[in-house]
Amino acid sequence: MTESIGTTGLVLNEPLLWEKGRMGRTGYSLPKTDVPSAAIDDALVGEGPDFPDLSEVDVVRHYTRLSQWNFSVDAGMYPLGSCTMKYNPKTNERQAGLPGFAGAHPLFPETLCQGILELMYDLERHLAEITGMDAVSLQPAAGAQGEFSGMLLIHAYHKRNGNPRSKILVPDTAHGTNPASATLCGYKSVAVKSGAKGILTPERVGELMDEETAGIMLTNPNTLGLFENHVKAIAAIVHDKGGLVYCDGANMNALMGIVDMAAIGIDVLHLNLHKTFSTPHGGGGPGSGPICVRRHLEPFLPVPRIVKTGETFGLSEDFPESVGKLHAFFGNVGVMIKAYSYILSMGPDHLKKASQLAVLNANYVKERLKGVFHLPFDAPCMHECVFTDKHQAARKVTTLDMVKRLMDYGFHPPTVYFPLVVSGAIMIEPTETESKENLDRFVEAMTAIASEAGENPEGLKSAPTRCKVKRLDEVTAARRPCLVEPPALKGEAPR
Amino acid sequence: MRYLPHTDEEIAEMLQAVGADSIEDLFAQIPEECRCRVRLNLPEALTEWELNAHMDGLAGQTASAGTCKNYMGAGSYEHFIPAVIPHLLSRGEFVTSYTPYQPEMSQGTLQGIYEYQTLTARLLGMEVANASMYDGASALAEALLMACRVTRKNRVAVSRAVHPHYRRVAATYFGPTGYALEEFDFGKDGRSDPNAFSGGKDLAAVAVQSPNFFGGIEDLAAWAEAAHAAGALFIAAFTEPLAYGLLKSPGSLGADITCGEGQSLGIPQSFGGPGLGMFAAKMEFVRSMPGRLVGKTTDMDGKTGFVLTLSTREQHIRREKATSNICTNNSLCALCAAMYMAVLGNTGFKALSKLNLDKSAYLKDRLAEKGFSPAFSAPTFNEFTVKADPDFETRRRALMEKGIVAGVPLAPYYPALSDHYVFCVTETKTQDDLDALVSEVTS
Repeated sequence: MTESIGTTGLVLNEPLLWEKGRMGRTGYSLPKTDVPSAAIDDALVGEGPDFPDLSEVDVVRHYTRLSQWNFSVDAGMYPLGSCTMKYNPKTNERQAGLPGFAGAHPLFPETLCQGILELMYDLERHLAEITGMDAVSLQPAAGAQGEFSGMLLIHAYHKRNGNPRSKILVPDTAHGTNPASATLCGYKSVAVKSGAKGILTPERVGELMDEETAGIMLTNPNTLGLFENHVKAIAAIVHDKGGLVYCDGANMNALMGIVDMAAIGIDVLHLNLHKTFSTPHGGGGPGSGPICVRRHLEPFLPVPRIVKTGETFGLSEDFPESVGKLHAFFGNVGVMIKAYSYILSMGPDHLKKASQLAVLNANYVKERLKGVFHLPFDAPCMHECVFTDKHQAARKVTTLDMVKRLMDYGFHPPTVYFPLVVSGAIMIEPTETESKENLDRFVEAMTAIASEAGENPEGLKSAPTRCKVKRLDEVTAARRPCLVEPPALKGEAPR
Repeated sequence: MRYLPHTDEEIAEMLQAVGADSIEDLFAQIPEECRCRVRLNLPEALTEWELNAHMDGLAGQTASAGTCKNYMGAGSYEHFIPAVIPHLLSRGEFVTSYTPYQPEMSQGTLQGIYEYQTLTARLLGMEVANASMYDGASALAEALLMACRVTRKNRVAVSRAVHPHYRRVAATYFGPTGYALEEFDFGKDGRSDPNAFSGGKDLAAVAVQSPNFFGGIEDLAAWAEAAHAAGALFIAAFTEPLAYGLLKSPGSLGADITCGEGQSLGIPQSFGGPGLGMFAAKMEFVRSMPGRLVGKTTDMDGKTGFVLTLSTREQHIRREKATSNICTNNSLCALCAAMYMAVLGNTGFKALSKLNLDKSAYLKDRLAEKGFSPAFSAPTFNEFTVKADPDFETRRRALMEKGIVAGVPLAPYYPALSDHYVFCVTETKTQDDLDALVSEVTS
């Protein structure tokens, strides 16, 4: 085996901010006071926030040390299934940081913000082209808000037709956000069991679909990494009963330039710009979750919408059937700029190639590991593949043990215990930006861990051993939650 | 393409390992009728340098703090951002990591967010804060929904002095729920009017913003008392958290939930997003809160560490019974806000807050001397409302040509308040700027 990339290095301990501060330090260059001090009613004035006083150096060291405790795409492979942890291009950061974008006030009159409006207008057109849909709103701030927007559109559509309906079909492989978004919109989720091959069957959908059901929320490719081959027939069944088809586009990275979402019968789908379109995840956001719709849902899209009149771009509220506003302003524009930069950098051919290579990488990992780990659905996969811990269960080694050990080998673990339909799932999404040699190293690491599971199962229970901390006590964290640092006792001066 | 590492030889080797003759073979399972029939109609790929030129052009056609003197706030504030913040925030370890599901490899994000939660709770005077929401508007919508869950009641009342966009977002969230969302009026002093508000047994929450959309500082203690007397929760909203460097915190005045926009805390305005939804509550309501929470714990060796916790509230565990559907939040923006609060510290935050008051009061007084009298008597922080002459809008438009944006007109939001404008002054404006504005506006 080649030398493991996982090793130990010197990371530095760093206390909480409060343990570093000394009253009287400052890290801020206060602007000069060039106006008289204004009076304010004492009754309104508080004590000021209990923050520590730190120097600029204190702050820089603090966050630099913290950053070194994180794994990241910039550091290595992050094959987290359904999260599309592809490389985040650095030029995108440059573009989003341009003063004209970063310093723009959202209430500037249209004449002062033609550049950013043009960018947003063009991004909508590009996303419509990539998905095959007709119209786009960039407003949803993340995937889950995109799902919620999609549900609102479906609700508004049915309401206009006389009955908003009460139920929605959600496959058992769906992301947890799907049923949660449906609930937020007042819909009762009805679970649809996947067929024996890991995909939906028209028969099952046909049994459940009725005229009280607003539609179906499907994910394609689904979370097992499989293309829903019967999607067209399923859409026809749903449409036949007057329902609509929602597609969770979290897995769009498999399909750019390959599948036409309109042709397969989708009425509305959301995209995750922070997955497919390369914008960074930022440790959990900000994301952006545009929704793309067919013509019949366009009247319901959130407002304001970006409109073009001649060569001038504007914002219009004149859509009386709109579901309303979802964001204080226009959504996460800073994220949109990065996705737009990505699309322009890639062009039509490289976007398609990205999807092709994402699928090639996943199939390569699947083929190389399928003798080592149990593969519940042995079929060609799309951008991700799902294994389980079944082969290791006899040695009492679990998915959790194995992926914790993977950290010691220098890789971020895959998504685990999801989808729920597979017991002990290990869901691997390599993405197209990993080279063959990185995949080979990953396969070697996974294979070595499987050997360890056979030879020294107990050893895996204490993994990881090379991270800053060992396995953490999550039970106590939930039972006796400590969510904010308690204030220092009176008289106890900061050190 | 520089983001795609595969050579032709490697692709061939991999296809062989997979047992496919070509890349197209990998997609053979997809029925023909589902395929794209033509090449994507997108612009041809740009080089890095062509992209720079293109984006410089678009950015150049957008006004910004650098090209104009902007006196608008209304939920998006121009503040100085110390260089250490973008520097630290651009570290790839923070930017290119995922939600910290694997805590052993994510301690940096986790401690950073734990500190953010603590800083936020202390700023707002609350017992617990979550790891962030999308923005101030969705934070308010989720707070109102949370109040309905906590109280098991189905009606909420929101002041008309709350940011009009926030009220519209709340209305969108409430649309399909069957809960009632009502608005109540403000009084002549520019503050929410207690006489316009009606209680009732079915009332889950009362929401008031302070400083409010007109810049007025609300009497939060009185509103907390009124809400509690009606058996409802009191929600204090905000768009300008810097105010709480000077003003008493909402928590100390009785708020049950405090939520709002944190863009002021070191986050670029970026045409309105991404910002930061700040969300804090009393500890007794923690299990009804939306969003992620980071908690402190220990590892197998007894060493302190941090994890995501109380996740049985969340969609990935609870699915249709979750407290919210939120998954990805605005984590990097929360980290940014924490850095900003750390840079300023107690001393700096208080001083900067006072400076915003001073500068704003200076402009308010100078404008009043010239006949632009304050529209309302309520005390203000860094925004205030004036009543102008009917012909002021023409002058305001003309001033834009000179690179001055003189306030936010209220007429589009409140037809009864035609000729009313909300001005915002932060530490970014000098006395000279303010004097110049006064002379332009009144000339």
